[in-house]
Formats: sequence, structure tokens, C-alpha cells
Amino acid sequence: MKSLKISIAALIGISGLFIGCQSGGQKKAASATGSDAASSVYVAPGEYDEFYAFMSGGFSGQLSVQGLPSGRVFKVIPVFSVDAEKGYGFNEETKPMLNTSHGFIPWDDAHHPELSQTDGVPDGRWCFINGNNTPRVARIDLKTFETTEILELPNSGGNHSSPFITENSEYIVAGTRFSVPIPQRNMPINLAKGNFKGALSFITANEPGNMTIKFQILVPGFDYDLAHSGKGKSHGWTFFTTYNTEEAHTLKEAYASQNDKDYIAAVNWKKAEEYLAAGNFTEMPAEYAHNYYDERTQSATSSMLKTVKVLDPAKCPGLIYYMPCPKSPHGIDVNPTGDYIVGAGKLSADLTVHSFDKMIAAIEGKQFDGDAYGIPVLKFDAVNIGTVSSGGLGPLHTEFDDKGNAYTSFFISSEVVKWKVGTWEVLDRVPCYYSVGHLMIPGGDSKKPWGKYMVAMNKITKDRYLPTGPEMCHSAQLYDISGEKMKLILDFPTMGEPHYAQGIHADVVKPNSQKIYRLDENEHPFACKKESEARVERDGKDVHVYMTMIRSHFAPDNISGLEVGDRVYFHVTNLEQDWDTPHGFSVLGANNSELLIMPGQTETLVWEPKKEGVWPFYCTDFCSALHQEMQGYLGVGAKGQGGELKWSLGD
Amino acid sequence: MKRLILPVAILCVGFIYTSCGGGGSTEAPKEEKKVQMNMGSDPAPSAEAPSADVGDPMTNLGIGPVKSIELAAIDQGMVAEGKKLFEEYCTACHKVDKKFIGPSPAGIMERRTPEWVMNMILNPEEMIQKDPLAKQVMMESNMAVMANQNMTEDQARKILEYFRTL
Repeated sequence: MKSLKISIAALIGISGLFIGCQSGGQKKAASATGSDAASSVYVAPGEYDEFYAFMSGGFSGQLSVQGLPSGRVFKVIPVFSVDAEKGYGFNEETKPMLNTSHGFIPWDDAHHPELSQTDGVPDGRWCFINGNNTPRVARIDLKTFETTEILELPNSGGNHSSPFITENSEYIVAGTRFSVPIPQRNMPINLAKGNFKGALSFITANEPGNMTIKFQILVPGFDYDLAHSGKGKSHGWTFFTTYNTEEAHTLKEAYASQNDKDYIAAVNWKKAEEYLAAGNFTEMPAEYAHNYYDERTQSATSSMLKTVKVLDPAKCPGLIYYMPCPKSPHGIDVNPTGDYIVGAGKLSADLTVHSFDKMIAAIEGKQFDGDAYGIPVLKFDAVNIGTVSSGGLGPLHTEFDDKGNAYTSFFISSEVVKWKVGTWEVLDRVPCYYSVGHLMIPGGDSKKPWGKYMVAMNKITKDRYLPTGPEMCHSAQLYDISGEKMKLILDFPTMGEPHYAQGIHADVVKPNSQKIYRLDENEHPFACKKESEARVERDGKDVHVYMTMIRSHFAPDNISGLEVGDRVYFHVTNLEQDWDTPHGFSVLGANNSELLIMPGQTETLVWEPKKEGVWPFYCTDFCSALHQEMQGYLGVGAKGQGGELKWSLGD
Repeated sequence: MKRLILPVAILCVGFIYTSCGGGGSTEAPKEEKKVQMNMGSDPAPSAEAPSADVGDPMTNLGIGPVKSIELAAIDQGMVAEGKKLFEEYCTACHKVDKKFIGPSPAGIMERRTPEWVMNMILNPEEMIQKDPLAKQVMMESNMAVMANQNMTEDQARKILEYFRTL
């Protein structure tokens, strides 16, 4: 490989000379890094990073796992999009994970990872993430780092304000970004205002395999943008930002920015539970998929659900209030003590801070400023406790450290501003390269942030890396926030477009990470757990191959008697029981992908031979010194002329 | 990857010639290399005859958690459990009646100490790196590595008991 690089470099170098030095030296836009920056992010070979970062993939639909402070990528976990590398969405076991009421959907837009919490602190059990386009939420198990559950959301037109967990993982939430007719029906778009509605869903998160929409609240047809659940004293409440309270349906860029203030919706979900228990709800017809990957059978099933419990705010006083917030607020963040609710008016310069105590007092004192479709609007001055006059433009998101400070991203002025919670004074500011969206401090939206590093996820990359044509990777930047001044210490590339991320100390996750699937716990219905039981069975045109793999052979490795028109199911079990000994499997002409089978696991690839011949299959993941020899043949005859079905190994 | 290097190197040479206005021979001197594979023609050392440098197998305890085993009368209950484990976790590579990927366990107790057998099951990575006998077996097995099947010491002991009956 080295000589290749050198030769190409030499070539480019030579032609570069002829063309002339147009580009000149690289400009160092960020020479702000300290001289000790390199050592502070250096993780020596063989050493581990201090934190896991779970970075959403945005339009990739996936979730990447990266280390901090190094920024190294460890794994891209497929969630809402198919992944040929891992066979996700291609093998028979995981196809049901991507089923929806609209059929099989091979892609989504994954925005906000959220770690499970116990007592308001990330506990390392699961990571949840929302799919925005075809509204869904997913659970990723942090023992296996695999997606194990996906729930579709009815009555939603884009699941953006999600999942934003409650402090004991009672619920993850889901608010619709685009309001739609509920129930869905065709209607003229100019009747949208007043007729479209939104839904805020509360989904039980604590029981794997049983993710359930406990209830939905039908709300006015605004755009519910982001959310965060309360903690500490505000536990029991969840806050959603809204924009487009104008209810515009066209040229939203202009028409959804008319009102001076939009709303923060404050939902009292404990009150909702009371109404639910009292039977004060409607069971509404719906159609939505619940998909669960059972680790025992190593297979996913998809079931279609038919109803959802809906609460109507008009019949549930005290369930929801609106707090005014200027200029189309985007991020909504609650500080670690749960006292303050920070709204980021994205079309302004300032942050609006509301007080939970003042909110409760305003509710009790009926400090209302009218209502919106029957939902009481609290007086701005009755809930507001402060404004952060930032000097920046376009505030989006706020994270917190463990020293009483807050950090807010500013998209338009491309910077992070550090400010003091309680006094609202600006303490520091650093530039981002370029146009920062979300921020992440490990634990930074929980009760106990690890206030050592901050990651800025930037929307624009431009000249930060060697160019790769028109499409660039998205750039993240790591800041040391342990001191008074924020220090930029690393640029690192990300996968897809991270919208938000979560970080957690490695010690919380690492000890639970599973190394193998135990063969004696494998209950896959097509598992073949002993080489002596490897076999091939024909059932009409369906052929089931019960195959095993171990370093470095398949059993069987020769099969004949297949025919064009057959549907051949290779159920392949990896008999290895050692850490990091996966094997791959694919067949020439397979119209799907490879299988990448972990030790002790069974996966199934379907192959429909199109042509007569003897076709090879092989192990696609380098497994041993005899990996190249890990290969076999499939004899395929013309339709009706395959002959007797036979299989063998080492005959 | 290695194969790619040469064509690319030639491409570079070609580029330089071209950029010099052509002319001259473009034929790079060809070095002829004879590779002899000798597939299968090497006399494989007999598995039963240890060469001098691997030492006396009947005093080699191997490397791993098992330091000393006292063998009592054969326990048929353990044999049955060991047979089942062997069939589930080992037979993809080891057959009782013949050498397969690795050697047959038949007669192993006459060739190896019980400690060595258990350490080979429990700690194969280190054994094939460091133990001369284990290395030799790997060479004789066409470099196929002994897989670590994550057996517990108790499971390995039962497999050993089964081996005693073979």
C-alpha cells in the first residue's frame, strides 16, 4: 500500500508542479489550539478512550460510536437504514426491524440519541434514537451495541422532538415536527390552519420488547421542534418547543416567523397518568408497527398495532400549558438541578430562561395570558427569570457542566458561548468551524454531567480537511472545558450528519459489553449447533441449508441438486465461542448482501440462483491463516434438472 | 495488495517517459522469479514421534490455568457430560475416528499429560504461541489454529474424562 501512496503522491506532486502552486499553503483558521492540545487528546496505542460518544448519523439513519478524546470511530450501528456490511435489513432475521405501516422502509433520518437514565444519570443500559421521516423511535442495547427494538408512531408527521428521556427512563417522548390531519385524510392545504393537529407521545422505555405508546396528547397544529424532560424538582414534566404557531403551510421560511413569540409546551405527564387511570381517554384507531429483535431467537418480529390511547387537553385541565418564548425557539434544555428551562430563540440573539418554580406559581395563581385552542398560555413575565444576552446570533442548543455553567451553540455566528446559570452572564466564547448545530457534553443533559469535554457538531466543513469532492464529511470539534476558558483541542470527522450526541464515561458501559453469543443459549429456530447436524432440506422450491462455520470451513461445503428458480435459505451458525471471531458469508449472484455472523450467532441469507452452473460461496471476513480456503460450491441445474439433492464436507 | 504495487509503479515509470516526450524503450526489465510450491511433498513429521526439541511430552504440563490433575477411577457421569460437550463444541474440527482439521483425541492420554490437554482447551492462544508441542501440532494441522471455545475448567475436565475412554 505504501508504494501506491508514494507513487500517486509523486504523480500528483509532479503534475502539481506543472500546474503551478495555485492553492498555496493551508490557511490555519484554527491556530487557537494550545501547544499541549496534541497530548491532551492522545490515546496511546492499546489504550482506551475515557468516554463513549454516541453520535447520531442524521441522514445516514445510523448511530456511530466514537471515543473521546480521540474521536476514533469504533462502530456504526445500523438503526433505521439497511447496512450491507452487517447484513442489517438484508438478512431474514433483521428485515422485520424496518417494517412499518407503509411497508419495508430501508432508510430514515436519525436525529437525537438519548441514553437511558436512572435517577437522572446515564446508566449505560440503552441508547434511544428517533427516526424523523417515517416517525419511529429505536432502542439500541449497549450490551451488544445492536438495535433491538423499533416502534412506529401514529398521528405524527415527522418525529423530531424525540426521544428525550425522563429521569428514571419511565418514558421517551415523541412530538410531531410537522402537524398533519389527525386522523389522516386528504384535504385542501389552505384549510390546514385550525384543522391540522400535532400529537405528543409518551412511550414506555424501561421494558425491552414492550415499548408501548402509553398515551398521546392531541395538541394544536404547531410544529413541535425539540424537547427535554424535567429532572429533580421538575421531574414529572416534559417541555417541547414550538415554532410555526402561525400555522403557515407554505413559504414557512417567511410565514412561520411572523409571531414575536412562539410557545414552550409544558406537559405534566404525571397528571396524564392520572387521567389515564381514571379512564379519561379515547382509544383511537391507528396502524403502526412494533418491531423487536429477540436475542434468544436472534430474530426480529414485526407486529402491527391497531389502537392508541389519546388524551384531549380540553378534557384534561392541568395537563398542558404554553409558555411564551421569543423567535421560533429550537433547543429546549433543562439545567442539572431541574430549576431552569432554557429556550433558544433561533432567530434571535438571546436565550430565554424560564423558572420551574415561577411556572408552578403562575399556574397556581392563574397568571394566564389567554389561551391557544383552549390550552392556557402563561404570562411571559410570570414564568421568565432571565435572559442571556449573548452577543451571538442564532442560538440552538444548550448543554451543562458540573460547575453551574451552561454552553450554548450559535449557528449563525458560528460559536459556543459559555454562561453562568443563575446570573446569566456570559463567561467565555469560542469560534466553531463552521456553523455549529448541536453540542454534547458527556452527561450534559442529565443531573450529573462529566464536565471535561464538549463536542461541537458542525453543519459546514469547507476547508477543515483534505477535500473529497463536493461532498465533505461533517466536522466535529472537541473542546476542553475543564478550565475557565474553553480550549479547542481536536477536529474529527463524523459519519452522516450528527444531530445531537450523547456521551458517557466508558466505565459505565465497558464492563457490560458482551463478547460472544453463547451457543447453548442460541434458540434460533434454524440454528445448527453441531457440525454433525449440518444438512440440506428441500420443501418444494424452498431449500433450507443448515450450515455451520468455524475456522476455517463450512459444513457442508459442497451442495448439489439445486435448481434455477429455487429459493435457497442459508441458515448459517458460527460455532466459534471466542471474542472477535466473526465469519462472513456470501454467494456469487446473491441479490442482497453478505452475512456477518458473530460467534454463537445464526443468520440467514436467501439466494435465488438465476443461472445454471457451479457457484462458489465463501467467508467474507478474514478469519485465519486458512481464510482463503474457507469456501465451498453450489451445483445448480436448469429448472427441473437439478438432480438429487446432496451435500458433503471432506468426502 | 502487493500485486497492485507493481502495475502502479510501471504506470509511474510510463508517466515519466511520456512526460519526457516519449522515445526509448517502455519495456521494463523483467525479473524472473521461480516459485516452488512443493505442495504436499514435504515429509510431514509423524504426530506420534516428537522431535528432540519439543521435549518429553509426558512431562509437559502446557501453559495455562491447570497446574496439576489427579486422575482417579473413570467417572462415567463425567464421561457422558464430556462426550456431549465434545460433540457440541469440538467435532467441527476433531473426529474420534480420524485426523480431521486437528488431531483425533483417541489415545491422547498416552501422548500428553492431562494438564497439557486441559490447558490446550482452555488457553489455546498462548499454547500455540509458546508451547513447543502445541506449535508442532499446529504446523502438522496446516496452520489451523485451535479455537478457544470458552470452556470452563469444569467443562474441560469433563472432556478430559471422556478422552480417557477413547
